Amino acid sequence: MDLFGSILSVAFFAQVLRLFTPYYLGASAANFSERSGVVNIAIEGFMISAAFSFALFSIVFGNPFAGMFFALIIGILLSLLFALFTIKLKVNQIIAGVGFNLLMAGASKFLIVLIFKSSSNTSRFESFYQIPLLKDIPVIGNISGDYIILFSFALVFIGNHILFKTRFGLRLRSAGENPAAGESLGVNVRLYKLYGVLICGFLASLGGIWLASNQNTYSDGMIAGRGFIAIAAMIIGKWKPVNIFFACIMFAFFEALEILLQVSMPDFPTQIIQMLPYFITILVLIGFIGKTKPPAADGISY
Amino acid sequence: MNKNIFFFLLALSFMFFSCGKNNDIKNGSSTGTKVGLVFDVGGRGDKSFNDAAYKGLEKAKNEFGIDFEVIDPGDGSDREAALRKLAAKPDIGLIFGIGFIFTDDITKIANDFPNKKFACVDYSINPDNPIPANLIALEFKEDEGSFLVGAIAAMFSKSGKIGFVGGMESSLIKKFERGFIEGAKYINPDIKVLSGYVGVTGEGFKNPSKGKEIALTQYQNGADIVYHASGLSGIGVFEAAKEHKKYAIGVDLDQYNEAPGFVLTSMVKKVDEIVYITVKEFKENNFKSGIKTFGLSDKGVDFVYDNNNKSLITDEINKKAEEIRQKLIKGEIVVPAN
Repeated sequence: MDLFGSILSVAFFAQVLRLFTPYYLGASAANFSERSGVVNIAIEGFMISAAFSFALFSIVFGNPFAGMFFALIIGILLSLLFALFTIKLKVNQIIAGVGFNLLMAGASKFLIVLIFKSSSNTSRFESFYQIPLLKDIPVIGNISGDYIILFSFALVFIGNHILFKTRFGLRLRSAGENPAAGESLGVNVRLYKLYGVLICGFLASLGGIWLASNQNTYSDGMIAGRGFIAIAAMIIGKWKPVNIFFACIMFAFFEALEILLQVSMPDFPTQIIQMLPYFITILVLIGFIGKTKPPAADGISY
Repeated sequence: MNKNIFFFLLALSFMFFSCGKNNDIKNGSSTGTKVGLVFDVGGRGDKSFNDAAYKGLEKAKNEFGIDFEVIDPGDGSDREAALRKLAAKPDIGLIFGIGFIFTDDITKIANDFPNKKFACVDYSINPDNPIPANLIALEFKEDEGSFLVGAIAAMFSKSGKIGFVGGMESSLIKKFERGFIEGAKYINPDIKVLSGYVGVTGEGFKNPSKGKEIALTQYQNGADIVYHASGLSGIGVFEAAKEHKKYAIGVDLDQYNEAPGFVLTSMVKKVDEIVYITVKEFKENNFKSGIKTFGLSDKGVDFVYDNNNKSLITDEINKKAEEIRQKLIKGEIVVPAN
């Protein structure tokens, strides 16, 4: 098997994009929240709750779009709760995030036993039908026909535009950089923090929904730490949507490369490849690749 | 004030969490000697390993009215606590740990509770650590069962390439892989086996997204059958088979229903049988410690051949597979250890 041929193949490219999608949705989610000054490490938890509720409601209504609708509603309600703790009650944001992660992991497992009489997975359901015409493109059909993958691409531009080209984005960023200055100019800082947290809940939920839709089922632990990798990608991307895009592509590329090497070169120690993205994360964090500067008022209650 | 509300809610959420994790199921009235069991990663309802163990307990309960209690641990650290909790109950006499991941914990607890009996399925034997006198290590010859499905896969494959997806990279799962490769090479020495592992920790058994991506890579690189030994990650392998309209081989239990029409066969481990037998021996005061191995000869491992896959496995393939089975039982074929 020609390794370089495989890396350049469309199938490999498609795989990178599939691995990229949940990372980018999670990282963008975290970014919107942190840009408004609220550190949200509960991305993993939001993804878990969305993946589970998507599976649950898809089965209940027999329709994945209904499942997605309710999963997003639940995601937004939960982020309202998160906003209540972090913005209104000014709880330490890290502690609230840890609490949410534990709550979602526990609650989903509790409900899965209660509803599906299984401590590991829900029953199967029919997931999204793919977009007509686009899904018929050879080889990349399951990429171009997938609503959420297409959305996550659009999000690179939408996210960048909203954050840096609109009045809304400017005010959102002011809440994360210098809320006192923003408020002195009449910005309702807490409201913009709420927007940031809600957008975060929405996007993270979408990431979880995609993971469950890709398997036509929810199984316990299936998010497998992707929410935390997403946060790492956001930091490497220095809180900029386009940079985060490249950071997520990097994580996805190394993961796909690791799979490919395992399959095509059995003697290659793939742990080295598995390690690389984390190694790069550390390099970025200790400042080898330019300065990493979070929003100035990130994590501070206002 | 605000902080108090938060801590109250946080405490509430922890209670929620622990309810979900320690899902004790109590069964019936006591008849004296109860049996306790702690599940593996994946827990009850995995349609695989753990469900098989539960089935064995239920069979024992129906046949000679034993009472049992099971615990579904959430994460690694709960495993030891769950074993200890069951061992400490005066009415429980025999405690099962399901899965090789229990090896260290159950050895320790068996030493702490010398009056109780312990049984561990897939116990990983370590020559430096003697097995306590009150512990039975229940082993399967997964390599022999995998050898058989490997041979079947090689006979069925048209491309001359087959795949293997393992969960956690560990000596137990390597045993599946080795048997599978040897079996395939026995039929076709030139066959190529594309192998991949989901991870190096127990989490490798519950990451279906990665299992799917590995299987997709194998199918894209020409494999037409993929065998998995990866617990819940196998869900993704079946999804990949459906997507590519190719075939998958299930593990532990008959996994035909995971992807009807795309499951060639399954390498089954009769965990239910050995749990049942062990409880029976315990009940009859015949409990023997040490190592007990189940292989092809006592149907401890087997492959599925029934009405569901008759159309895929031709008579010719089945005849040849039976021939190989006999040779393995007689020792004419030996799966090399490592």
